[in-house]
This record gives sequence, C-alpha cells and structure tokens, in this order.
Amino acid sequence: MKKARIATLWLDGCSGCHMSLLDLDERLLELADRMELVYSPLVDAAEFPEDVDVTLVEGAIASDEDEKKITLARARTRLLIALGDCAVTGNVPAMRNNIPLGVLLGRSYIDLATANPGVPESEVPRLNPHVIPLHELVPVDIFVPGCPPSPALIDSLLSEVLAGRTPDIATVCHFGN
Amino acid sequence: MQTIRIDGVTRVEGHGRITIQLDDNGKVQDAHLHVLQFRGFEKFCEGRPFYEMPALTARICGICPISHSLASAKACDAIMTIRIPETAEMLRRIVHLAQIIQSHALSFFYLSSPDLLMGWDASPAERNIFGIAAKHPEVALDGIRLRKWGQEVIELLGGKRIHTSWIVPGGVAAPLTAEKRDEILRRIPEALAIARRTIGLFRNMMEKLSDEVAAFGNFPTMFMALGRKDGNLCLYGSRRRHEGWLRFADADGTIVADNIHPNDYQQYIGEGVDSGSFMKAPYYKPLGFPAGIYRVGPAARLNIARQCGTPLADAALHDFRMLYGVVSLSSFHNHYARLIETLYAIERMQQILEQPDILDTDVRAEARANESEGVGIVEAPRGTLIHHYKVDSDGMIAGVNLIVATAHNTLAMNRGLLQVADKYLSGHTANEGILNRMEGLIRSFDPCLSCATHASGRMALEIEVVDARGFVITRIVREDSSEPAELTVPHRE
Ligand code: SF4
Repeated sequence: MKKARIATLWLDGCSGCHMSLLDLDERLLELADRMELVYSPLVDAAEFPEDVDVTLVEGAIASDEDEKKITLARARTRLLIALGDCAVTGNVPAMRNNIPLGVLLGRSYIDLATANPGVPESEVPRLNPHVIPLHELVPVDIFVPGCPPSPALIDSLLSEVLAGRTPDIATVCHFGN
Repeated sequence: MQTIRIDGVTRVEGHGRITIQLDDNGKVQDAHLHVLQFRGFEKFCEGRPFYEMPALTARICGICPISHSLASAKACDAIMTIRIPETAEMLRRIVHLAQIIQSHALSFFYLSSPDLLMGWDASPAERNIFGIAAKHPEVALDGIRLRKWGQEVIELLGGKRIHTSWIVPGGVAAPLTAEKRDEILRRIPEALAIARRTIGLFRNMMEKLSDEVAAFGNFPTMFMALGRKDGNLCLYGSRRRHEGWLRFADADGTIVADNIHPNDYQQYIGEGVDSGSFMKAPYYKPLGFPAGIYRVGPAARLNIARQCGTPLADAALHDFRMLYGVVSLSSFHNHYARLIETLYAIERMQQILEQPDILDTDVRAEARANESEGVGIVEAPRGTLIHHYKVDSDGMIAGVNLIVATAHNTLAMNRGLLQVADKYLSGHTANEGILNRMEGLIRSFDPCLSCATHASGRMALEIEVVDARGFVITRIVREDSSEPAELTVPHRE
C-alpha cells in the first residue's frame, strides 16, 4: 500500500501542538508504517513538497513569510488541518492585535535594550499588523481546537484520516483542552 | 564578498536562518544566526492580572512550558512577598526535573542523534527519528520512552503534559497522592537504565567526535548559572533557603560574580539588539557589549557546579572531567552534559519523592500583590530563564521583561558558527554535509528559538549566495533526495 504523505507546518505557535503530536510516543512508529513525514520541523526536507495528502498546521498567521508558507502548503495539500487554538482562532499570538506594531516592537528592542537599541530590520520577516487564524486566508478542511489538542485526539484524527475517513471533531473535543 | 544563507535551520526548536559571509578568496569573514519571528509577550501581557502569568507565559514555548510557568510563578511569589510551603517547593522541583528529562531527551534523541549516529553526511531523508528507528531501533525506543516518562510525570502531577495550569502563584494547585508518587517511583529504575545506557553509548562515540569537540564552539568565555551554597548543581533554587542566586565564572572556572540576587540581575546582564535577528543578545554588563560574552546551559552549569550532588551523576561527571578537564570550553559538550543532567534529574526526583512530607496537602499560600515588582529565575533545560514583572496597585501587570535561556547564548552561537564555518568552509566547496555541521553547531546549544523571540517558526534549508550589494547570485535548495546533493558555491565573478 502506498504510504500517505503527511506534512506538518509550524507558523506562529509555541511548538506545543507539535509536542503534542510527539506525545503519541511509540504510536508514532506504528503510524510510520502507513504514513511518511515528508515535511516537518522534525525532518530535513527543504521545501514544502508537491502532492501532500494531509498537512497539520500549528500556529496562526503573523507575517508575510507565514502567508507565503500557508498559501504554498494549501496549494499542495489535499486535506489541510488547523491543529490547535492558534491555528483555529489566533489564540495567544493574536493577543497583540490591539497594539500598534511600533509600540510592540519598541518595547522589546528599544525600551528594554541596553546596547544597540533599534527594531531589527535586515534578514527578518515583515510582521503583519494583525495575527489571523488560518481560515481567514485559506480554506481549512478540519478544525482541531485545544491548547494543545491532546495526543489521544491527534491519534484518533490521524487514524481516521489514514483510513480515508473525514473525522467529525466536534463530537470529541472542545476549546482550550 | 559573498553571503551563504542556510534558510530555515532544521531540527531545532524554532525558526532560524544562518548566514555566512565569505571574502573574494572564499575565506569566511563572519557568520550569523538570525531568529525570525516575534510575538510581543513583553507588551501584550500588560493589563492582565499577575496570577494569569504562569499559564499565559507557558504559551511562549511548548517544549519548556514548565520552566516559563515556574519562573513566572516565582516572580509572582515575590510580588505576593510570600514563601511557598515546603512541599509545594518540592513538587515544583519534581515537575521541573521531569521537564529537564523530557526536553533533554528531545534534544539528544529526536534532534541530534541522527547526526551523531548516522553521520553529518548521511542522507537528509533519513536524518530524523524515523531513520534512527529504522537503523538503531533500540536507541529510538530508549529516546521515545525517556521523553514519554518525563511527560507522564508532568501529566501525573499537573493533569496535562503540555501547558498544565497546576503551577500557580503561591505554590501548586493540588497535592500529590500516594498512588501517583508510587507510580512515578515504580518507573524510575527503567529511566535510570536508559540514561546510563545512553551515557555509555555516547562515551564510546566520543573518540570519533574529536573534530566536533575541537571546532563546535570551543573558545574561552564566561559562564552563568544559578548557584547553591554547597556548590552543587542548582536547577530550581529556593527562596526559602535563599539559594539559586546568579553566579558567573570565567573561562578557568573561577567565580567572578556570585550571590547576585534575582532583583539585581540588570546590574550584571545587559541586552543588546542585533539588527538582523529578533533574538536579543544579552551580555555581561561590566564588560560591555559585545565583549561581555558568556554561555549558559548544561555544559555551563556543569562548569560552574562543584558536583551534581547525586551518586550516579557525580560518577558520570567525574568520568567526563577525567577526559575533558574540570572546565570544558567546547559547546559540543552540551550533549554529554545533557545526559549527565538527565541522570541527575532522575536520581534527584527519586530523592525528593522519598521525603516523608512529599504528600503534605499544604501546597499553596494565598496573598494579594504586596510588592510592585518581582523577579523569578530558574535554570530551564537550555539555561537561565528570567521573568521580571511590575504590577500596579490592583495587581495588574504594568511591565514585563523576559530573558530566555537561548538568548544568553546568542553571542556564543554566532562565534561558534564562525568557528565551524572557518574550519569546514574556508577554501572548500560548500556541500550538504558542511551545511549540516553548521546546523549541528546550533543544535549542540539546543536553542529554543520559539522561546528566543517569544516566537516560533518553520524549518527548511536553503542557501543563497548574495553579492556585496545584496543581489542573489545562486540559490541552492536542499533536496529531499536519498543522496546528499553536492552543492557548489561559486565565487563571485
Ligand atoms: S494552540 Fe496552544 S499549544 Fe498549540 S501552538 Fe498555540 S499556544 Fe501552543
């Protein structure tokens, strides 16, 4: 049987959703028989590949780079899953939305700096004034709330998806869990 | 002048880019780690009630949320001007040790073991935990089980593996039960066996890793860690015992500044800004920026500690020092130090769990905000973590400063990159294996870039050669192929 091509993408999140995926522990190795992780922080693939079956996305969209990554991932993925509250609602990253960017950056890089104060500009991405959840930019197929979603939930999600079914998440979880 | 860009450093916790500047003869001039996201916790936490901070700041990082919650809770304890109950302090220590274990296991097994066991030049497609599972299944299983056990201890105590809300200002939210204590104790022998096996495995590999020891961040700097009065390794500190104040040692191991109360950290630590990175660059203030370079983390902690304070870890540390000296200047030794600390953490957890009053139900002190400012410091897996809050008269947050473990190493990571680049790249053709060594240098620090910018990101590898005016001459993308691609970095015409 052909292995499902799975990707995970990390946008503006805390890595907790990826850690919750890792919390599948030995189960991950079992799942590895049926799926191949083709792109993820855990593997050394360079570019988001073509022809991906399922992409799990952690985090909200906060910069021009995030926009590029999610747009490319969406175009190359059949089933796009918003994994966790940040991807689903914006959650903690969106707490900066009512503060002007200049004030936000100024606090860290000018007020709290004792040498070389100034907002970093070279090599770094351009931040968007507002952090948004995934569905505000691209169509999302499945929403999985939780901060982070529990390993058991991710396990049942992956098992369903690998069996070719679309799980009904609403019946098994709620926000903030 | 050319710039090589490694865009999206892989197998590190967060989103980073490496650039290397070459002169016209292909000699390395400079190297730099850029951290690429920013989230603004230092500003948007303002206006929240102080007691929300341990749960809110946990969301800075899903790998070490416990460290953030603990540093945060300690800052809140200081604002409440209380000493938390003895048992609460012991329980906080246990959850902290559990997190050190799971985080060190993540770093060693999931992120770094592919390079160490399969080699820097192994196929990128296999250089991951699944590749390890295929080629060295016993090692992969050890890693998975050790990390899992650390996470399970956190879950047993806090009800949830990631972002528990059990750590609260004043102590912890609920006491430990006898069943849970016994469950943790029952599993300790297995964890100890894994830790000892892994130290043996790594020690046997060290002979072949002498190049890495020599070039991966091997230079004199100062070191910083929390200190205990008896000189033993200090990970949590104790307000009750007035322990866990900051300590700086120089490259010979001589203590140059000691007993720095958390409230005074700003007299010793300044924060520089690097215009090409969202990660700030702290420095030792008396020496100025950037001369005041220092390192934190596992190897720095062991350089500063007289010993660990538990039998097996002390034996392992002794063995390590016989090989490499009392002060080890190579950042590559962070791997070894991480394994010794893991052993220590398991032994120490057992000692604490066997204390008679560990099941005491008095685990939380209540108070309002009695002080307008508080600083909390712990040794996170990656080094010293500082949370500093100001509150108004209603206990609402009025100011936040965070200095995370990884940031302290900014200057040292850049210097380490320069050292690796100079050794492997000067006059050579850049290939995939060389680039992976650059990333390997970064991995030896186990940086949490997610913490570092109070932000996070994605990984991929891309190199750009850019001319002096910033125009891209060549762009090379690491292929997800079974063969490592030969990459050539052409000189500028
Ligand atoms: S949903 Fe929670 S765990 Fe997941 S990335 Fe966001 S803050 Fe972290």
